Amino acid sequence: MSERLKSLRALANQRWRISLWLTVMMMVVYFGFILLVAFNKKLMGQTLVPGLSIGILLGALTIVTAWILIFIYVRWTNNNYDDQLEQIRNRR
Amino acid sequence: MNTTTSLGQFNPIAISFFLVFIFFTLGITYWAAKQTKSTSEYYTAGGNISGFQNGLALAGDFMSAASFLGIAGKVALNGFDGLIYSIGFLVGWPIVMFLIAEPMRNLGKYTFADVVAFRLQQTPVRIASSIGTLVVVSFYLIAQMVGAGGLIQLLFGLDYNLAIVLVGCVMLAYVIFGGMIATTWVQIIKAVLLLGGATAMAILVLSKFGFNPLTLFAEAATKYGDEVLAPGKEVANPLDAISLGLSLMLGTAGLPHILMRFYTVPNAKEARISVMYATIFIGFFYLLTFILGFGAMVLVGRDTILHPLGAAGAIDKSGNMAAPILAQVLGGSPFLGFISAVSFATILAVVAGLTLSGAAALSHDLWVNVIKKGNSSETEQLKVARIATLLLGVVAMVLGIIFKGQNVAYMVGLAFAIAASANFPSLLMSMVWRKFTTKGAVASILVGTLSALILIYLSPTIQIDILKNSTAIFPLKNPGLVTIPLSFAVGIIVSLFTPEVGMEEKFAETEHLIAGDY
Repeated sequence: MSERLKSLRALANQRWRISLWLTVMMMVVYFGFILLVAFNKKLMGQTLVPGLSIGILLGALTIVTAWILIFIYVRWTNNNYDDQLEQIRNRR
Repeated sequence: MNTTTSLGQFNPIAISFFLVFIFFTLGITYWAAKQTKSTSEYYTAGGNISGFQNGLALAGDFMSAASFLGIAGKVALNGFDGLIYSIGFLVGWPIVMFLIAEPMRNLGKYTFADVVAFRLQQTPVRIASSIGTLVVVSFYLIAQMVGAGGLIQLLFGLDYNLAIVLVGCVMLAYVIFGGMIATTWVQIIKAVLLLGGATAMAILVLSKFGFNPLTLFAEAATKYGDEVLAPGKEVANPLDAISLGLSLMLGTAGLPHILMRFYTVPNAKEARISVMYATIFIGFFYLLTFILGFGAMVLVGRDTILHPLGAAGAIDKSGNMAAPILAQVLGGSPFLGFISAVSFATILAVVAGLTLSGAAALSHDLWVNVIKKGNSSETEQLKVARIATLLLGVVAMVLGIIFKGQNVAYMVGLAFAIAASANFPSLLMSMVWRKFTTKGAVASILVGTLSALILIYLSPTIQIDILKNSTAIFPLKNPGLVTIPLSFAVGIIVSLFTPEVGMEEKFAETEHLIAGDY
C-alpha cells in the first residue's frame, strides 16, 4: 500500500474513532437519563428550587450535551480533519 | 378555568394566513419548476443547497405536527412525561452527525439504498432497501395525513375528507413540479415560521411569569401537584422506556426523508454544517416545548385542553389542541389563526419530504436500477420520478381517508422503530464492516422490517389499546429493544456464512470514498 493510502486510512480511522467515542458519550448521557427516569422516579421528582425538578434539569442538560458534543465534533473536523484530508488529496 | 375557543368553526383569519402561505409557496414552486430539468435537480436540488439552508430544511423536514402539537399537548396533560419525547427526538441528531451524514454524502447519489448497495449486488439490496423505505414512509404518511385531516377540521372548520385532498393536492403541486428545490424552500419557510411562532408564544407565556421559566413550572406544580415535574405513568415499565428511547435515537438515523437531504448539499463539509444547524434549531425548539406545554397547562388548564370544543364536546386525550388554544389565550383569534396556518405548513412540509423520498425509492431504486438495470434515459427517469410521486400522493390521500377516526398516534413511533430496525443497521454495517455481504444486508433489512411490524401488532399498543383485548403477547409498547439488536445480529451472522468474492477490494474503495477521497 502506498504512503498516501496509508495516511488516508489512518485519517479515516481517526475520524471513525472520534465519532465512535462521541456516539458512546451521547448514548451514556441519554440512556443514563432514561434509566433514571425508569428506575429512580423519586430522585427525578425532587425539586432543587421551586419549579425545578432534577428530572427537568437533567432533561434540559441532555439537550445541551447534544449541542456540546456536536460542537466538539465540528470543531475537530473543521480545524483538523479537513486540512489533513486536503493535504492527502493534493499528494498525487 | 373556562376558555371559550373558536376551534371547529370557520376561521377567516386562519384561512387568510394559510392562503398567503399557499400563494407564496406555489410562487416558489413555479420558479423551482423552471430550474428542475434533470433528475439531480428533482431529487437533490442539484446539490446546490448551502449547509445553513439545509440545516433549516432538515429542521422543517423533521419537526412534524406530532412534535409541535403532540408534545405540547402531552406536556400540558402529563407534565414531565411529555418531555421524554422532546429529548428522545433530539438525541438522534448527534448520531446522524457522527456516524451517517458525511459518509452518506460522499458515497451516495439520491437514496440511502445507494450507500447500502454501493459495494454489494444492486438488485437484491435495492429491492430490500425500497421495502424498508416504503414501509417507513407509508406509516409516517398515514400518521401525518390522519393528523392533518383532524387538525384542519378543528383549526379551519373544513370537512375531514376535503382537508385530506387539499393537503394531498398542494403537496403534489410542490413535489411534482418543483421537486427537491420547491420542497427545500417549503421546508425552510415552514421551519422559520414554526421557530418564530413557537418563540413568540414562549415569550408571551414567560411575560406572564416574570420571564422566569421556573416560576411557570412552580405555578404548574402548585396547580396540579408536584408530580407534574416528575416521571409518571407513561414510563410505568422501565424496559418500555429504554425500548422507546432506543427507537427514537437510532430511528432518526434511518428516516429516508432525512437521509435524502444530505445529497442536497455540495460536499461532506456542508452536510456536517447542516446537521449542526439542524441540531441547534431542533434542540432550541424542543426546549421551547417545555415552556409551551407547561404554559398551556397553567394558562389554558387541563379541562379545556381535554374538551377543545367546549364541555359538551368530544374528549381529546391527545391534547393536540393545547398549543392552538394557548395561542388564542395569548393573542386572540389572529394569533390562533397564525399558529393554525403554521401547523398546516408544518404538515405540508413533512408530507412533501416523505413523498419525495418514497418516490425516489420507487423510481431511482426500483425502476431505474432494478427493472432497467441502470439503462434509463434522463427524460425517462424524470418522468418516472414524477409518476411515482403522483402515485404516492394518491396513496397517501386514500390511506388518510381509510384511516379516518382511527388512533394513529402510535404510527410515528412505529415508523421510528422500523427505521431504526430496518434501515439503520444495514446502513451502518455497509459503511464500517468489510465483511458485510449482500445476503447479510437483505436479511438484516427484511428481518428488521418484519420483526418490528409483527411485534407492534402483538404489543399492548395494538392488542389492548386498539383491539381492546385484555392482554398482549409481547409486553413492550415499542419493539426497538428487541428488533434493533435482532437486525444487527441477523446481518452479522448471515454475512459471516455467505462471504463474497472480492469484498476486501470493494471495501477498500468504499473506505476511500467515505473518507472524502476521489
